[in-house]
Amino acid sequence: MFDITIIGGGVIGCLIGRELSRYRVKTLLIEKDSDIANGTTKANSAIVHAGFDAKPGTLKGKFNVEGNALYDRVCGELSVPFKRNGSMVLAFSESELPELYNLEKRGRQNGVPGLELISGDEARRREPHLAKEVVEALYAPTGGIVSPWDLAIAAAENAIDNGMEMSLDTEVTGIERIPDGYRLITTGTAIESRIVINCAGLHSDRIHNMVATPAFKIIPRRGEYFVFDRSEGNHVSHTIFQCPTPNGKGVLISPSVHGNLLVGPNAEAVQDAEHTETTAAGLASVREAASKSSPDVAYSAVITSFAGLRATPDTGDFIIGEVKEAPGFIDVAGIESPGLTAAPAIAIHVTELVRERLGNPAANPEFTPTRRPMVHFSHLPAEAKSAWIQKDPRFGRIVCRCESITEGEIVDAIHRNAGARTVDGVKRRLRPGMGRCQGGFCGPRVVEILARELNIPMTEVRKDRPASVLLTGVTKSASEAVIA
Amino acid sequence: MNTYEIIVVGGGPAGLAAAIEAHKSGAKNILILERDRELGGILQQCIHNGFGLHIFKEELTGPEYAERFIREMDALGIEYRLDTMVLEVRNDRTVDIISSKHGFETLQAKAIVLAMGCRERTRGAINIPGTRPAGVYSAGAAQRFVNMEGLMVGKRVVVLGSGDIGLIMARRMTLEGAKVLAVAEILPYSGGLTRNIVQCLYDYDIPLYLSHTITSIEGRDRVEGVTIAQVDTKRQPIPGTEIHYDCDTLLLSVGLIPENELSKTAGIQLDPVTGGPVVNECMETSVPGIFACGNVVQVHDLVDWVTEESRKAGRNAARLVLGQITEGEPDLRTRANHGVRYVVPHTIRIENIEKEIDLMMRVTDPFKNKYLVVKHGEDVVKKVRKAHLTPGEMESMKIPVEKLRGLTGELTVCLEEVAHEA
Repeated sequence: MFDITIIGGGVIGCLIGRELSRYRVKTLLIEKDSDIANGTTKANSAIVHAGFDAKPGTLKGKFNVEGNALYDRVCGELSVPFKRNGSMVLAFSESELPELYNLEKRGRQNGVPGLELISGDEARRREPHLAKEVVEALYAPTGGIVSPWDLAIAAAENAIDNGMEMSLDTEVTGIERIPDGYRLITTGTAIESRIVINCAGLHSDRIHNMVATPAFKIIPRRGEYFVFDRSEGNHVSHTIFQCPTPNGKGVLISPSVHGNLLVGPNAEAVQDAEHTETTAAGLASVREAASKSSPDVAYSAVITSFAGLRATPDTGDFIIGEVKEAPGFIDVAGIESPGLTAAPAIAIHVTELVRERLGNPAANPEFTPTRRPMVHFSHLPAEAKSAWIQKDPRFGRIVCRCESITEGEIVDAIHRNAGARTVDGVKRRLRPGMGRCQGGFCGPRVVEILARELNIPMTEVRKDRPASVLLTGVTKSASEAVIA
Repeated sequence: MNTYEIIVVGGGPAGLAAAIEAHKSGAKNILILERDRELGGILQQCIHNGFGLHIFKEELTGPEYAERFIREMDALGIEYRLDTMVLEVRNDRTVDIISSKHGFETLQAKAIVLAMGCRERTRGAINIPGTRPAGVYSAGAAQRFVNMEGLMVGKRVVVLGSGDIGLIMARRMTLEGAKVLAVAEILPYSGGLTRNIVQCLYDYDIPLYLSHTITSIEGRDRVEGVTIAQVDTKRQPIPGTEIHYDCDTLLLSVGLIPENELSKTAGIQLDPVTGGPVVNECMETSVPGIFACGNVVQVHDLVDWVTEESRKAGRNAARLVLGQITEGEPDLRTRANHGVRYVVPHTIRIENIEKEIDLMMRVTDPFKNKYLVVKHGEDVVKKVRKAHLTPGEMESMKIPVEKLRGLTGELTVCLEEVAHEA
């Protein structure tokens, strides 16, 4: 029997797991996919919002500002790339100024530090590629960029280092009440737990409805993005927003923390949580909307496009708390933007709720907030490179030439806690295949290394979920060779 | 710091030919750096034949073609290192390398030959909408799995792009028992060699749809289908022309890009049209002492032409080391005009031409019955009548040095009408 079971290995579930690992509790995190950070966490704007968007008095408003302030410490401890690059919201005409001033006022009410209204000329001085139509801008120095999947993966790894358990490929199909908690029926074995935390993202309404009467509905809202080569990474240095509309914060242009340029998203309600395809029309609309902010983005340098789904609740705000009719069942649902920013604060809040329920468990004396350092081989000075290669020759073998990733780093990423088990998992942790060749060269090598390290045949290596088979069998000549 | 007369970056067909020719031309202290586990580059996975018709007057497979050069290189005692990655090339002709065996090192050369080859264009760069399931491969990555690892990438295949690797893989997958349903090409003509279209598609009844592209990819985990549609002259899909295929695999053969990341670290000037370095008559780049050849300069149709170009680069690198090259400003610059997309080399110092200069070029569109003309001002330097011209087939014009002596300024290459014969 677990004290706590977290359903969902997104950034919210992983950070909650890490917070809980500070205490002497038996925690299990379950994830339906073959890797954590595989839903909304892997496909979003990767922005740490300053906090001027949310209405004062809402959970969004509260946790956004609190979460933003926690980012330096959390990312520092977990060695996750994070940068406070500052953000700007642009107004393109006099008619948008009331909305801009409204944002500034809301920001002050929410407690956002350092907000500044600047003229169009000043905005262009700071960002030379902005459109000439910009008349005024709201500058927020605390806005930042982060790698959301790195954060989730690091949090899960650290939580497991500190005693959390994790089970992948485990989808909840039903929940039964038992005398002192719940029994989760899953695609794996059944799990009994005193407390259940519903961090199921796009599926959180379905999970909620397994134990209680429907209280909210999640409407997946698709956002499509372009990713540009690093050659365009300096097109802007701040995150550039437009004035928000009822559909969201609009199309942004931002450097990514990995040095690429990101442009997107649009916002489109879709049928279900599987609709992660990009569309020609959607991408065209992103491009058109973004050209308003900066007309000279070089679309010839696009290296890929992707779509992500926001878990938009029909209630308008985050849904966080114990379900009245289901004691010990805690919803953490509807965590759409600014959910990534709010995540560290939400994790602390939910952990407090859990501690109260469990009668204040003692602190975990073995808790360490940091994880084993990652080796970023390409960033090391020459002597350190040689030293690493001497210690482990696999660091001398570069597998991904676009991002200069060594075999040593790939092997490490596979064998860490919460390690990679799929090609996408390796890609997410280290970026091979995320460079300009998009895996053309390193793909076959990564498959080979995964097979060797996981001790499975190459034909069993998956791109992502179990059905995402990469290789369908052996060739005629190879099978003849085996027979001979 | 270890020093060499010539360091060759890349041990594929270009690097091998350059190193061998440099050795034959008098350079002795040569090192080839290869990132892979064996020499030969991409030839090792090209198990089909058709290589070497021009150089050896016989049809060889890729590995056989490579083997001839590897043997010759071995016989000459040229030094090479495998599993060795070049991290940076600088304009002072130093290179940083790493390998499992030797760790991190910096080497110095008197001359460097860049022979890194090219890479495939990716799906992202051409922006196919849809999901991102398993089963979307670049043709080259699929070729590696099938030919090197003996593993099949799929059973029902659609190919986007009619580049040579895609055509070859359409045949290969068919021979391995897969069903290749169609090849879609966005242009109104194929960029592949005619012989490949005939031998790889028509001989196996694989339809080639010109002016067609993929409009969507379906499938959440593995490819389940793709839709192709005809495109208009602006390459936009025409509604109502969609054809849907149930398939589990999409191979992309949508073009090759010279791999010049290292050239950029050395500050070498690149030609935006070829994607490769700007070179002179010696195949020397804008950085003195750094030469380039093969697909890193311009994507070739045939390895034979890579060999020829690389021999030139290797020979001239050796001449430079031996002090046989006259440095200085170029006498002539080449320019592509009317119907010609680019010309290599970009500049010419007439004094360094040994016998003749070989101008290489591609046309902008398919043409029939035109003159390919090299001009100096209004003067015709050379004029050749061509029955067929297509962007997929590189053209070359050899001009004897005598015809260039004394010329300065610009040499233009263009197409001209053939006057109607009565």
